[in-house]
Amino acid sequence: MTAATAQSAPQDQNGNDRSEAIRVENLHKTFGDLEVLKGVSLTAHEGDVVAIIGGSGSGKSTMLRCINFLETPTSGRIVIAGEDVEMRADGSPASRRQIEHIRQKLGMVFQSFNLWSHKTVMENLIEVPVHVLKVPKAEAIARAEKLLARVGLSDKADVYPAFMSGGQQQRAAIARALAIEPRAMLFDEPTSALDPELVGEVLNVIRDLAREGRTMLLVTHEMKFAREVSDHVIYLYNGQVEEEGPPDQLFGDPKSERLQQFLRTVGW
Amino acid sequence: MNWLFGLFEPGHALGLLALSPPGWGGALLTGLSHTLEIAIGSYILGTVIGVGGAFGKLYGGPIVKDLLAIYTTAIRAIPELIEILLLYYLVPDIVNRFLLSLGRPRIDLPPILVGTLVLGFVLGAYMTEVLRGAILAVPHGQVEAARAYGMTPLQVAHRVTLPQMLAYALPGMANLWLNLTKDTALLAVIGFNELTETSLQAGGTTKAFMLFFTAAGILYLIISALSGRLFALAERRARRGQPSIRGGGI
Repeated sequence: MTAATAQSAPQDQNGNDRSEAIRVENLHKTFGDLEVLKGVSLTAHEGDVVAIIGGSGSGKSTMLRCINFLETPTSGRIVIAGEDVEMRADGSPASRRQIEHIRQKLGMVFQSFNLWSHKTVMENLIEVPVHVLKVPKAEAIARAEKLLARVGLSDKADVYPAFMSGGQQQRAAIARALAIEPRAMLFDEPTSALDPELVGEVLNVIRDLAREGRTMLLVTHEMKFAREVSDHVIYLYNGQVEEEGPPDQLFGDPKSERLQQFLRTVGW
Repeated sequence: MNWLFGLFEPGHALGLLALSPPGWGGALLTGLSHTLEIAIGSYILGTVIGVGGAFGKLYGGPIVKDLLAIYTTAIRAIPELIEILLLYYLVPDIVNRFLLSLGRPRIDLPPILVGTLVLGFVLGAYMTEVLRGAILAVPHGQVEAARAYGMTPLQVAHRVTLPQMLAYALPGMANLWLNLTKDTALLAVIGFNELTETSLQAGGTTKAFMLFFTAAGILYLIISALSGRLFALAERRARRGQPSIRGGGI
């Protein structure tokens, strides 16, 4: 089905080659003396769902945040939809405009939602399309209404985020990410801040997106869900890819002792 | 109502406050309008300086940060009366030296302009600190979301940081406004005919000091009360989207 380990370019249902959406090569990131990422790589083709799992401090969130430069990598190579991000020798982006352009193609969903609290749900959804992507406002609203219907929040368009449950906020945040019509979605532990009874409604939305063939990188602690929706799973340990492969292989027959240990501690 | 207006007739106790001479009411209202003009002008100037100063202190380079640190420290350390006296003579001098160096003739700067510039410059130092604190209070995730969707630094500031920090800044900004309306009275020392200077003149001429200072005090009180309402409204607007906490306003 995918991805980094595949020998030939993957094909879609019609047998056409699927292009690369995200490629990360030999990514390093240090915070002061602490080396958080020690050369990780991944490739996601169009339509791939890549799950990134690992323990606390394994570097999985940092890896995701380096892809849209919310964290500045120390070194490595990042290619988004065929566009090579120009980096200086120290890993910092050479062009702020290019980073902004790249970010407009990536729909980021945060652990703590980060909906803009001074804007209603509708205003949150049209903010980037109207003010950054210069979509006509009427068109942006029409599109946002469809997205809200899709995540089951049609009645919340005029509500401020603080007056909604965590699950509703996260569904709105996913709709906000979809509103920019991204090439890929980046999920940074989207259910970790939710009460257990609210996790399901958010996973349902993400599952739908996986089914319609969206390209997604998913950092998660929900192992069952990762196995169910992903095409490829990467297990990070201490800043390195310890093991990766198709979900059935990784969860069904883990080779690495550390992964076996990890799966036991999360109650797999 | 006639009894009320009667009080302001010549010969009555409050006759000295009549709007037309020999009453001083008209002059007091002119003084009040000068006070308001200077206060509003310097508040706008101080806020503009404050926004620039706050962002400069937080995100500027080392030189910008150092210069701003000197500015805010010095201005806030020195008594305002001294600053006003210093700057009041310094600003026109600098402007004229500049003009002379360009080969232009000297000009006389209108006192209202110099007063506005001086008070605005002083206010800017306090405003810088109020706004810096407010910007820091904006949750980091709000800014990060804006960056993650490709907003430019200017868009992040304009669309997210500034509107969100306003809720944290307004109580401090209201304080500064109230202080400023009263600091305009310091301009009396340089003979600018704002409300306090006019009251002094009226008192000096008529010997009715108590009457005129009480009247001036009441006018300052009215400014405070009305602007308090305005700030409360602004704060309610800035807090939209936040679950209400009882209280607020000044």
